[in-house]
Order: sequence, then C-alpha cells, then structure tokens
Amino acid sequence: MTVARRVGRPLTVQRLGSATLYLVLLLGALTMLTPLLWMLVTSLKPLEDVFKWPPLGFQSRPVWSNYRDIWDAVPFGRYLANTFLVSLARTAGVLVTSSLAGYAFARLRFPGRDVIFLAYLGTIMVPGQVTMIPAFIIMRDLGWLDTYMALIIPGLFSPLATFLMRQYFLTLPRSLEDAAAIDGAGLFTAFRRIALPLAKPALATVAVFTFLTSWNDFLWPLIVTNSESVRVVSVGLTEFQNLYYTDWPLLMAASLVAVLPVLVLYVFAQRYFVAGIATTGIR
Amino acid sequence: MIGATRETTFGAPGAAPPTLRRRAGPRLRQEARWAALFLAPDMLGVLAFTAFPVVAAIVLSFLDWNLITSASYVGLDNFRELLKDGVFWQTMGHTVYFTVGTVPTSMALGLALALALNRPLRGVTFLRTAYFIPVIVPLISVAMVWRWLYDRDFGLINYFLDLTGLPVIGWLTDSTWAMPAVIIMSIWKGLGYNLVIYLAGLQSIPRRLYEAAEMDGASAWQRFWRITFPLLTPTTFFVLVVSIISSFQVFGQVYVMTRGGPGNATNTIVYYIYHVGFELFRMGYASALAWTLFMVVFVLTLVQVRTQRRWVYYE
Repeated sequence: MTVARRVGRPLTVQRLGSATLYLVLLLGALTMLTPLLWMLVTSLKPLEDVFKWPPLGFQSRPVWSNYRDIWDAVPFGRYLANTFLVSLARTAGVLVTSSLAGYAFARLRFPGRDVIFLAYLGTIMVPGQVTMIPAFIIMRDLGWLDTYMALIIPGLFSPLATFLMRQYFLTLPRSLEDAAAIDGAGLFTAFRRIALPLAKPALATVAVFTFLTSWNDFLWPLIVTNSESVRVVSVGLTEFQNLYYTDWPLLMAASLVAVLPVLVLYVFAQRYFVAGIATTGIR
Repeated sequence: MIGATRETTFGAPGAAPPTLRRRAGPRLRQEARWAALFLAPDMLGVLAFTAFPVVAAIVLSFLDWNLITSASYVGLDNFRELLKDGVFWQTMGHTVYFTVGTVPTSMALGLALALALNRPLRGVTFLRTAYFIPVIVPLISVAMVWRWLYDRDFGLINYFLDLTGLPVIGWLTDSTWAMPAVIIMSIWKGLGYNLVIYLAGLQSIPRRLYEAAEMDGASAWQRFWRITFPLLTPTTFFVLVVSIISSFQVFGQVYVMTRGGPGNATNTIVYYIYHVGFELFRMGYASALAWTLFMVVFVLTLVQVRTQRRWVYYE
C-alpha cells in the first residue's frame, strides 16, 4: 500500500492522483537529467550543426572524433592525469592523518584533549575564503606556487575528516582493543590491527568525499597554479572556454570526460556518497 | 604549622602528596606520548594551513599589501573603505538575492520530493538517483553546459520558450535575467542534497505515529502538519543553516557563466574577494572583505541557532 486509502474518496480518483504525481516525478527526473544529456548530445555534433535552428535532432551522424580532438586541442590528458594524481594523493593523505588524529581524540587520554578538539571543530566553521589569501601567501613564500605541492600538501589535512573518524571510533566497542592491550600489543598495534579494520565504513566515507571535493575543487587550483603542466581539469575547462569560445561540441566532450570519473565512482560507492554528503554538508 | 595541618586534612600521614606525575602514572604518560605521535601529522597541517591563516587573515586585513612592494599598516582603513565601497554593498546585495532565490525554493522542492519518493514506487531508485546526480557532478563541467543551455540564439531553453510561444530571453546577457539564470542553475545543482537529507529525516520518524493518527481518522494533510513537519524541524534547521552558509559562498557557477556580469549583475561577494585578491592583488583589502563575509555568515548562523527553540522541535 503506497497511498493510504481515505474514506469517502473513490479509488479511481486516488489512482488518477497517484498517476499524475508519478508523471510529474518522471518529468522532473527527466528535467534534472537534461543538462547532462544535452552535454552528451552536443558533444557528438559537428560544429556547424550547433548553430542550426531548431537545436533538437541530429542532422548528421554522431561525430565521435570530437572525443579524440579534445586531447589535441589542449593538453587535456595532462589535466586529467594531474587531477587524478592530486585527488588520489589527497585522499591517501587525509585517510592517514584523519584516522590517526581521530583515534587519538576518541581513545587516548592526554592533557588538553577536549580543548584541542573544540579548537578543531572551530576551524571547520571558518570558510575557505578567509584562509585562502594567507594560504596563498604561504605557498608563495615556500616557493610552492604553480607546483603539485600547492595542490596537494594543504589538502592532506581535514578537521572535518578527523571529526568523522573520531565519531566513528567512539561507536566501536572498546573491549577488543583492551583485550589486545592485555595481550601486550602496543597502542599502535591496537589501532592498526583492530580499530582501523573495524572503521572501514568511515574510512570509505572519508575517502569518497575527499576524492570528490578534490576532483571538483576549483577556486584553490585557479589561484595557485598557472602553467599547463600542473593544471587540473576544472581550471583546464575554463581555459578551453576561452580558447575555443564557440566550439561547443569540444567543450561539451571535455566537460563530460571530467564528469565520468565521478559517475563511475558513484556507481561503485553509492552508499558512501550519500553518507559522506549527508554528514559533511559538501556540495 | 600550616603544612602539618594540610597534611592531616588532605592525606594520611606519610602518604606522598598527590602530584600530577603520581596521578598520571607511567601508563598514562606513555598514552599521552602516543597521542602526540598520532596527532602530530594532522595537527601540524591544520595549524599551518588553517589555524595560522585564520590569524594571519586578521593581521592582513589591517595591511595595505600588493605582494610586491612592502606591506604597510593602515589600521582600520580597509574596513572604512569597505563601508564606503559601492561594489561591496552591491555584491552583498546580489549574494542576499542569490540566497533568497535559491534556499527557500530548493528546500521546499527538496521536502516535496522527499515526501513523494519516500514510498515504494516503481523505479524509485532511478528517480532518486536522477535528482541526486547533479549534486555530485563537477560544478565547472555542468556550469559549462548551462551556459550553453542559456545561449540566447541557439540554447535549448530559449528553444522551448519559443515553442510555447514565449519571448526568448538573453539569460546571461540581460542584467535582469542573469541572476535568475544563476539561481535556477544552482537550484538544479543543490536540490538533490536537500532531498537526500530530508529522506533521511523522514525515515527516522517512527511509523507507529502515522498508524495511530490514521486510526484517529487524521487526513493526509493533518498527518503532514501535525506529525511530519514538526518532527522534521531539526532536519529543516540543519538544511537551512548549511544552505545559507554555502549560498553565501557561491563562486564557480558565477565565474563560468557570467564572470560577475553583465555589468555587475551577478557579482557576488566571493567573486569580488577573488577579483580584489587575485586580479587586483590587494591582499589586505581582500582579507578585510573575507573577514566581513565570515562575520556576516557567523552572525546569521548564530541568529538561527538562537531562534531555533521557537520553531525547532526536539524530542
């Protein structure tokens, strides 16, 4: 029973109502997918067809060569490789730093723990625009501008991920680690061999949202990099836009290629996406 | 003999005074050393790239510095300039316009969709996914296709307007329509987020409440306003706070679709900070703008937290 039956209302009216609602939901879903579908459709058109009216309907065969041409028009392969490198390095780094720190906050006793943890939470509230300018100057003084260092190093630490890991470690039963401690295993062994394997769901969530934020990151790479050799996809696309102002098929093909890794990741790690997005508030 | 008195009051004669060292014990000291090791990598990074920059941003906002010539201390001049800066007020106004345009609509649609999709409909997974996909795709990629959809002469949106006999619109070239265009695109991008959060909220409401209400003959309308809506207020509160914070930080779609234009029509506060900091290289003034943005968002959040007990229902 999807719709509760109400007294005094004929069943057919109700059926009609839910059918209408269903139709509205389907049309809405189609509208939501239209921009991505239009990206695909445009990416397969020859350039001259883009400026024809009406825009719907193929006049000619799909031009698959657009997907070959994007690699020649700009060093798009380089941009993709850079984005993969930066996103994977940041994900690996955040997993290490946040699980270690989260474990310390959740399990270990040390002076000032709660004050330090509160300060951590405080830093989550500060928007990136405030820290961006001093962070840019730090990158400049370190000589890291226009290098992978600027793209990766500041992104290896995430108070938000640390917070998530702490919360997850707190939900685990302590008894297993205590048993390990009695067996003479050190604290690090208890963390590495017992707590960490149990925290896989939290690690997966942190990994997915770190990769996603990193892949979609735009403002920071825009300000700290300049050369093609270290450019990431998001910034590369805007260059595409300037260079090939009217070449919509190529721009759409490149945009779609930038979307694909995220979609593939979504297919394989769907539930961690929802968990990560719901708990972190990233968009 | 004060010492002796103390001795008799606080401890048995002969017992060592409780010092920190004694209380801590070797095991605890070892634990604290481990904690330092565990924390060090993360904390050094957070200190260097978040905590220190927060403090540095305050210092910077009192400086006049273009990164090339040496910095000079100007006191509160940056903040005085900001108050008199017409573009700053304009961008604040546009940011509020954007927020008012996106947040309520996106929340209402998100809730309505969650209510509709919180049922075992045929193909409900597909429907949920379709609404959710825009949330995860890269903002820059989709801002590109929206620029194309909004194209005045060959865009798909004007094609549909034309089909239905409506006048075509210069979405991104007409200063009246540019902000609505950015707003529509942003609602499309963020709607699925609200849907997912509301779905989680709905699933946490116990079914027995609805069963009891139905036995009492409550209509669907009554069930929504007396059960669903009140029990969802914590979710609504969370979505509201997060939505306002993120909509005050709108940047990517503006950068790609309009570059703040036409004229200044879509120039928002973060785009202005970017412009002042990284196109004009006025680091001090940009920091003052960034701090002002932070304070505005902070106060808005505080007001929401303070007023929540008037409308948020916690069990």
